[in-house]
Amino acid sequence: MANAFWCMVEDDRKGTPKKVMAEVIGEATRLAGGDVEAVWLTDTATDDGIRQLGEWGAKKVWLIEGAELAPYRAEVWVPIVAELVAAQSPKAILGPVTSRQREFMARLAARLGVGLAGDCMGLAMDGDKLVGTRPVYAGKLLAKVAWAKTPWLATLRPNVFKPADAQPGQTAAVERPSVQIPAAQLKLVERREEASTGLPELTEAEIVISGGRGMKGPENYVILEELGGIIGAAVGASRAAVDAGWRPHRFQIGQTGRTISPKLYLGFGVSGAIQHLAGMRTSKVIVAVNKDPEAPIFKIADYGIVADLFEVVPQLTQEFKRLLEK
Amino acid sequence: MKIAVLVKQVPDTATQMKVAGTAKAIETAGITWIVSPYDEYAVEEALRIREKRGQVEVVVMSLGPDRVKEALRSCLAMGADRAVHVNDPALAEADTLMAARALAAVIKQEAPDLVLTGRQAIDDDMGAVPAQVAEILGWPCAYWIMEEAIADDGKTVRIGRQVEGGLEIFDVPMPAVLSAQKGLNEPRYPTLKGIMGAKKKEIKDVKASDLGLAAEAPQLPVVALEALPPRPPGRIIPGDVATAVKELVRSLREEAKAI
Repeated sequence: MANAFWCMVEDDRKGTPKKVMAEVIGEATRLAGGDVEAVWLTDTATDDGIRQLGEWGAKKVWLIEGAELAPYRAEVWVPIVAELVAAQSPKAILGPVTSRQREFMARLAARLGVGLAGDCMGLAMDGDKLVGTRPVYAGKLLAKVAWAKTPWLATLRPNVFKPADAQPGQTAAVERPSVQIPAAQLKLVERREEASTGLPELTEAEIVISGGRGMKGPENYVILEELGGIIGAAVGASRAAVDAGWRPHRFQIGQTGRTISPKLYLGFGVSGAIQHLAGMRTSKVIVAVNKDPEAPIFKIADYGIVADLFEVVPQLTQEFKRLLEK
Repeated sequence: MKIAVLVKQVPDTATQMKVAGTAKAIETAGITWIVSPYDEYAVEEALRIREKRGQVEVVVMSLGPDRVKEALRSCLAMGADRAVHVNDPALAEADTLMAARALAAVIKQEAPDLVLTGRQAIDDDMGAVPAQVAEILGWPCAYWIMEEAIADDGKTVRIGRQVEGGLEIFDVPMPAVLSAQKGLNEPRYPTLKGIMGAKKKEIKDVKASDLGLAAEAPQLPVVALEALPPRPPGRIIPGDVATAVKELVRSLREEAKAI
């Protein structure tokens, strides 16, 4: 339908949409007033996954299934979705910020000749136009952007938009359009899995713990991981800690690392350099623990403790354990 | 072999950004400009390819006003061979798509075997230009690469791209566009000799008309630029560690409802 808001489905590569899709579909429903459809390109979609999209509010699922669609490759996905756009003329296409949506949406925007607002933290209708709010300069400023024409393309930062409440029994119609699947140019050699920490992914986690220079060495991160295990948090690091070689750079939070907006951020031994603050200042609640009462991070923290983190962390772990075991 | 590196000049990461009077642009007074850090990984990787293979020309390309010459000059000081500067007021308000069209047009003229750039410029943080350049050229593209090795025959490049939970290794036919993630390498500092030598290297100025670009308006105009709303003041929890920890957990549970 020409007024539909499309949501690009991000899945766990095993046939189930990621939880962040509840946020994307929830926001699309709020903006579109209900005319929301999911677009799912995958090598495997489960019935449960389709049911989940319906319960979150998708009225229809455009399902394009094929072995060639995984792993994600832009040159395979973009022509398929562009063809579907030409036939269906959606009003908007939204997706979560993930490694593949970042590239896919940019390339799709170029193919369609339309604007893409990446990493939006706010979307609102102004009359019959969409206005997006996105952080720039790593979150030091906010830019409000508009689109010259439809479809409006945007990616949404995880943990910012209110997720849709699942409505049990609400179902989506499934449509399998016949499309040409282009040949892949990228040939997969192998996939190297990272050693799993068993903790959530940094950018998607609702709680993030960060260790800075005050951690004193790589061996000490284990105490943060223990705490993370208790409260279900991802564990990241400041640039100082990453540059010292204590943590791999994929854990870096800040302007040249990951930008995060968790519900709760806990920084230990993090001083709060501008470039670190830029990567986490949109967190909802910020806790800082640092020996130095002058550390800049205290200026943006909701709660601060001026003390040695090596005293605080074990006690905090015990206290959370007691609380959460209740 | 020829490698093109796309770079952008951005404010230094330690800069406090302010909004200009027009509320659509930044206040540029007092800004220290740098090459966007991710783009430096791209420059470094191109130089390493040249050192490994020999017979490689490294051409840096950038879009922006006169001050961008400084950024190009520092890439030349690192060791790039020459530079192309798209310098045209008609592109002053370019969005990612306009920038991508301009850079793709330069790339078409230069016909490199590989295009390297950073995963995003740390001003707009959009990260769209690499994919859009690739789309306009009809080339394959890989984002957030952590490693790269060009095959001996120079026809494919093996890359590792960072995705959630791991690294995907692909063989990519060339020419292709690759965007660099932190960790790809450690960029070198220019030597004094490099800095002196850079003064003699060519920076070619081109205009939109040289590239056959039609005048166009941005697809994603900026309506307004705003400072971040200040965070409400927080509090330092007093007392010994045991007391403070208990009070913190209570506050997170009862006041902030964050856990």
